[in-house]
Amino acid sequence: MDGDICATATTPPDSDPARKRRVHGMLKLYYGLNEEGKTVDQAESMNPCDINGTHFDPEVYLNKFRRECSLGELMDQESCMVKQIRSLDSDMQTLVYENYNKFISATDTIRKMKNDFKKMEDEMDCLSTNMAAITEFSAHISGTLQDQHAQITKLSGVHNLLRKLQFLFELPARLNKCLELQAYSQAVSSHRRARCVLQQYSHMPSFRGIQDDCHAIMDKLAQELRQKFRDGGSSAKDLSECVELLLQLDEPAEELCDKFLIHAQSRLETNLRGLEAETDILEFIDRGCNEFVSSLCLVIASYQELFVNRPQEGNLASKNIPQMAIGKLHAFVDAMATCYFSLVERRIQEEKSVGDNSLLVRALDRFHRRLQAVAKLLPGSAVPSQGTEIVVRAARERIKQYLAALQSFYLDSLRDVRQALAAPRLATGKDAPASLPELLSSLSASILNQIKSVLASVHLFTAKDITFSNKPYFKGEFCSQGVRESLVVNFIKFVCQSSRQFCESAGDRGGSTPPALLLLLSRLCLDYETSTITYILTLTDEQFLVQHRSPVTAVAALCGEAREAAQKLLKHYVKVQGLIISQMLRKSVETRDWVNTIEPRNVRAVMKRVVEDTTSIDVQVSLLYEEGTRKAHSSDSSKRTFSVYSGSRQQTRYAPSYTPSAAMDTNFLSNIHKLFSERIDIFSPVEFNKVSVVTGIIKISLKTFLECVRLRTFGRYGLQQIQVDCNYLQMYLWRFVSDENLVHFLLDEIVGSTAHRCLDPAPMEQSVIEVICERG
Amino acid sequence: MEDDAPVIYGLEFQARALTSQTAESDAIRFLVGTQSLKFDNQIHIIDFDDENNIISKSVLQHQAGEIWHISASPADKAVLTTCYNKTSESRVVTCGAVWRMPPEWESGSHESPDDPHNSHNPQNLELLCHLDNSSHGNASCVLWEPMGDGKHVISLADNHALLWDLTESSTQATISSSATLEGKGQLKFTAGKWSPHHNCTQLATANDTAIRGWDLRTMSQIYCIENAHGQLVRDLDFNPNKQYYLASCGDDCKVKFWDVRNINEPVKTLEEHSHWVWSVRFNHSHDQLVLTGSSDSRVILSNMVSISSEPFGHLVDDDDLSDGEDNHQDEKTQEPLQDSIISTYEEHEDSVYAVEWSSADPWLFASLSYDGRLVINRVPRALKYHILL
Repeated sequence: MDGDICATATTPPDSDPARKRRVHGMLKLYYGLNEEGKTVDQAESMNPCDINGTHFDPEVYLNKFRRECSLGELMDQESCMVKQIRSLDSDMQTLVYENYNKFISATDTIRKMKNDFKKMEDEMDCLSTNMAAITEFSAHISGTLQDQHAQITKLSGVHNLLRKLQFLFELPARLNKCLELQAYSQAVSSHRRARCVLQQYSHMPSFRGIQDDCHAIMDKLAQELRQKFRDGGSSAKDLSECVELLLQLDEPAEELCDKFLIHAQSRLETNLRGLEAETDILEFIDRGCNEFVSSLCLVIASYQELFVNRPQEGNLASKNIPQMAIGKLHAFVDAMATCYFSLVERRIQEEKSVGDNSLLVRALDRFHRRLQAVAKLLPGSAVPSQGTEIVVRAARERIKQYLAALQSFYLDSLRDVRQALAAPRLATGKDAPASLPELLSSLSASILNQIKSVLASVHLFTAKDITFSNKPYFKGEFCSQGVRESLVVNFIKFVCQSSRQFCESAGDRGGSTPPALLLLLSRLCLDYETSTITYILTLTDEQFLVQHRSPVTAVAALCGEAREAAQKLLKHYVKVQGLIISQMLRKSVETRDWVNTIEPRNVRAVMKRVVEDTTSIDVQVSLLYEEGTRKAHSSDSSKRTFSVYSGSRQQTRYAPSYTPSAAMDTNFLSNIHKLFSERIDIFSPVEFNKVSVVTGIIKISLKTFLECVRLRTFGRYGLQQIQVDCNYLQMYLWRFVSDENLVHFLLDEIVGSTAHRCLDPAPMEQSVIEVICERG
Repeated sequence: MEDDAPVIYGLEFQARALTSQTAESDAIRFLVGTQSLKFDNQIHIIDFDDENNIISKSVLQHQAGEIWHISASPADKAVLTTCYNKTSESRVVTCGAVWRMPPEWESGSHESPDDPHNSHNPQNLELLCHLDNSSHGNASCVLWEPMGDGKHVISLADNHALLWDLTESSTQATISSSATLEGKGQLKFTAGKWSPHHNCTQLATANDTAIRGWDLRTMSQIYCIENAHGQLVRDLDFNPNKQYYLASCGDDCKVKFWDVRNINEPVKTLEEHSHWVWSVRFNHSHDQLVLTGSSDSRVILSNMVSISSEPFGHLVDDDDLSDGEDNHQDEKTQEPLQDSIISTYEEHEDSVYAVEWSSADPWLFASLSYDGRLVINRVPRALKYHILL
């Protein structure tokens, strides 16, 4: 403080604003208000020579000056310091003066306030006395008014009562008026308000009169409402209003329910009748949905509104109303739905054309979808599940229809093929065999396409956007039992079976089935066995994600069946073709007089025919079947081996004829021969290749030849003719068969048997035979 | 239970004709006629000794020609008929004749079958009469009246069926009535059978693919099964116990069973052979046993239970059944009745043209193949006991 003053004293009293502020700041500092000064304070605090700092030490400061400054400087410093002290003194004086003035004015103010308060106290006292007087007066007034107030209250009560009474007395008139105006709801609410009162005071004759009047009127009203209800011309909303009013009038709810439903029924039935006229399935279903199902929903909704979900406000004897009503509703909905369903089902059954399935599926989908609304409205109802059943039945029926369609398509295709086989032969003659593989491929392709398109159609049933596709039936049974088993497997079975029928029906008399068709079908079945069945089933399984929960037919079983059919067809083909050639040979042997025939000059025409036919069969079969294996041929099969039996063997056969003990030897030799040759199965199983097929046909033909020869008796030239014929057959037939020895053996047997049946066995020279044969 | 091995007998000549000696009910005896154009034909009388499994034969000369069909009289053991080929002036004619065997053949053959004297000088058949039908064409077969007194025969010749009356000694035959098959083309009877039912008044014949029934009293057709087989019908036989049942076989490799009251469909069809079936025979006592022979060289014995007169596998009129056996029978009725192939006999190496049951032993049969091999077989014992018990 001292230093401060000292410093101030020493500072020259130049009065610029900056200095003034500094002085102000110092004051602030003094009163502890300084904020900014803190840092200055801290920075300078340590310096004892700072004249403005708190740690200022005059001794150090003086010593410092004395040591550092010259006398002149010291003098200057002293005069500066004196100047500063002076200015500080004047500042302080100003300050004190200012504060003093403020003290004076404050004291004045306080004194003035003291005077004012005293005045106020007096006024308050006056007020309290006035209030007490008012209270007194008020008590007095209320005491005097008491009686009148009670009277007024009573009067207003009477007034109310009178108003009510008036209402009651006016009620009949009012009700009548309402009745006239058909403001039924107002009438009912009025009556309801009065009812209790009337009931209560019914012992008084006047009230009873009113009550009776009201009753009469309300009865009339109810009558009218019922009439309106019965007429049924009004809209559903009117109707429900009607019902509501009637309910409020304590009409028996059951009766109302019945009436309501009967009315609804008549409307729904007109809807149904309207449906019957519809022809297009989609329109039919649409109309059914829009008219019948939505009306039904409306009926259900309003019914529930009216009877089931009623707030139980009234003290109607209505404990059982919701239950009773719900029961009736269920019965009603079921009955109506049954009518509707039978109509729908009949309509769906009429949907026989299998062209576009999407229409039906869409219709079914809509049908099913709309029924869900009923399900939502009426949770316990059997209607949606019945609807689903209808859809399921429709799907089943559809599968059946598709199967039938596929079958008829197959039969139609076969008919086309049959015609194609027959037609070119008439027209050009040579086109038929060439087109056999084409026919096969086109037949097989068209069947496959048909199957695919059917699968695609059926697949619509399981499409994701169809509401019923996620029903368990459509996820499981429909795919596995329906599509896979009933449709695909059954169709394949049908193909096999119908093929087999070709063998049976055509079994007698050569049959009407062209052999080429048999061959073609056999190849078709074989193709089915090797690839098509697997392909179709895999396709089905993939498309329908079939989960084999129930047992299904294995692919192997179907393949087996197809193979069996193929085998049977091929066998039958061999039989038929063999029979044709056999018949030629048989007729040729039977109709000739072999004893008296002339010396052979030619090969008989029938043999050429046999070779020709065999060749054409060979060509035909090679179109569809692979070559197959055969035993190696000798270099000149046509001649070399034949000469063996016609030369050496024959000699051993006929030589014994001239010795007495001949017969035994012949038999012995031929038995020995047979011992070493294999037994020939004439109708042995046929393999799926050309050689086997043709071999089978040749075997049948030659065996027939043999048997026929054995039934005849020959002259010398008869034997020679047979020799020539057999040689000719040998020349041409060996190349067709799997084992040429077979042909040798059979021809050998024929010539041998002929020789036995010959009256004059003189065989022809081999060289002559060859000349005749080569001449043709 | 081992079955006896088949007994095989070889003839020197080729042969088609086989019959059992119908009138013989004690000895098992078959007659075989040979076919040879170069040598004298023979009739082999083959006796089979069932106990010792031995065959003894005797040979009778049939010099008239090769034998296509043979048939034994049901009344007289010694009398038989044959159809034979006669060649003269490069013409082949098939004739029918009634023959009597010489009385000595029996003693001669049994003494020594290998007696050189016997074989070198075989005895001749005694001709009783020709069934002279040159005006009617070639005879295909001669049928005796079944179970008759040996006085009536029918011969089938081309398209004629001729009913002959024989005199007491069978030395003379006269045509009592005849029927002719009229139609397009050359019609020819291939086979025939005289029905043992209806008082022997019915005959069944086969021509081409048709089977016809005839009433012998009026000689008129009573039924006709057109297209009975796909191809030629080769043989017929009547079920001996069911009067309307008929079996047929033919070139379509099938054996069919017919109920002649309903000729639209066969009752049953067998398709076991792989070539023409030449012969079909019902067993005389147990008609479920059916024998067939085929040119696939096989003989097949089938058990046609479902259409037999003994549906339960044993005789209905079997009186002396004990209670125990009754129970046994009940067990058997529970088994499903299934037609089955009992056995396939493959002893032959050439076409089998004839099969025949023995008239003496119902469990024994013979089959004859073209190469002259005669095989005698028995019904498997297991089946025999199954049927009997």
